[in-house]
Amino acid sequence: MTEVVDQKVSTFPLPRTCPFEPPAEYRELREEAPISRVNLPDGNQAWVVTRHEDVRTVLTDPRFSSDRNHPNFPVLVEGGRVIDDFSASLISMDAPEHGPARRAVVGEFTVRRMEALRPRIQEIVDHQIDAILSGPKPADLVEMLSLPVPSLVICELLGVPYTDHDFFQYCTSRMLSRTIKPEERRDAFQKLRAYLDELVTKKEAAPSDGDLLGRQILKQRETDKVDHRALVSLAFLLLIAGHETTANMISLSTVALLENPDQLADIKADPTKTLPAVEELLRYFTIVDTATSRFATADVEIGGVTIKAGEGVLGLGYSANRDPEAFDRPDEFDIERGARHHVAFGFGAHQCLGQNLARMELQIVFDTLFRRIPTLRVDAPIDDLPFKNDASIFGLHSLPVTW
Amino acid sequence: MKIIADTSVCVGAGQCVLTDSTLFDQSEDDGTVIVVNPTPETDELRAAAREAVHICPSQALSLVE
Repeated sequence: MTEVVDQKVSTFPLPRTCPFEPPAEYRELREEAPISRVNLPDGNQAWVVTRHEDVRTVLTDPRFSSDRNHPNFPVLVEGGRVIDDFSASLISMDAPEHGPARRAVVGEFTVRRMEALRPRIQEIVDHQIDAILSGPKPADLVEMLSLPVPSLVICELLGVPYTDHDFFQYCTSRMLSRTIKPEERRDAFQKLRAYLDELVTKKEAAPSDGDLLGRQILKQRETDKVDHRALVSLAFLLLIAGHETTANMISLSTVALLENPDQLADIKADPTKTLPAVEELLRYFTIVDTATSRFATADVEIGGVTIKAGEGVLGLGYSANRDPEAFDRPDEFDIERGARHHVAFGFGAHQCLGQNLARMELQIVFDTLFRRIPTLRVDAPIDDLPFKNDASIFGLHSLPVTW
Repeated sequence: MKIIADTSVCVGAGQCVLTDSTLFDQSEDDGTVIVVNPTPETDELRAAAREAVHICPSQALSLVE
């Protein structure tokens, strides 16, 4: 990668300045130079890819690598990468290792398997809403609903005891923060990793087919491919990927739906509209914009630009999802849109493993929250809400609500 | 129309099942696609098959029209 910082170009990732709109530069880039070189916080450069079609191309072309351990992989946080060992992690694997490794676990996340979790998720959501209704007003929706629901669901899936949840929420939020020191982020990462290592060791001593880790251990023993490190990595990935993402989508979507009362009324009147609304909310916010980074392992020509072997690429999902070539009136929030080709869960072989779990959690939350608390409203001007404008995962730090 | 699935590249995202569960299912074992009905008979089902092909993240699905 080029080591020279070009003063004429911006440093990515760009912070959000409006909760409902991408940075203005996204549109300019899409229109004028859809594949452009930009600066990164560590002084290197990389390409940003801004059009929907080009982002999909990058994410399906095997000449782009996901190997996050490789020195050419773009680093988006000042002070270097937080997670410095991705060697056994699905998100960092390329073909031919990735396919079999993903297929070993993706059976846990099929549409049917997720459907079987529905009653338990409903119970978790109801329990949290009971607590809101019996507590003081205003309530912080982030603390009372957004964070505990996905945390409880993923911990249930993995078999993580609930008494350890506060510890998890503390560590994951520090790990992803861009405002604390790199050594503090690393410390949070290491604590969490050590905890999960211990958890896997406990499961190995008495594996049960009642949770995902137990089933993976039993499966590994059948095939004689026992791999403790891969299991720790998997547990870590599922917790990180399934927790804060879903939490932020719950908070942001609640705001968006309350800001669009006509569309909210449509969902309340007809629950078959909730899942399509979830799809639109995913597109509209695209809270994980730059996780779809790669680097080229060969010279690749895309959209008239040659990306040279070794150069980093940021597929900007948020830009792709607001590309007028792919979506009519892309900046409008419209639950009737019926556009499922967004890249909010990424695209290609690495597309989100837990996407159907996320869809179901969001669907249950919105169907339940607005039915059980019909007078729910945000207890602050939208402009005063603490949005996570510069975090790797966009969201809300807190959301005061009353009813 | 005939739906062709390449399970060797399928990553089990399940988008096809969400599109139409009368056309597609997933293996309980490794999550890969099972084409339940490879020859969609109605316009509605054919449209669903086209959407499934379009949104499949691993390009495991194709159509012979």
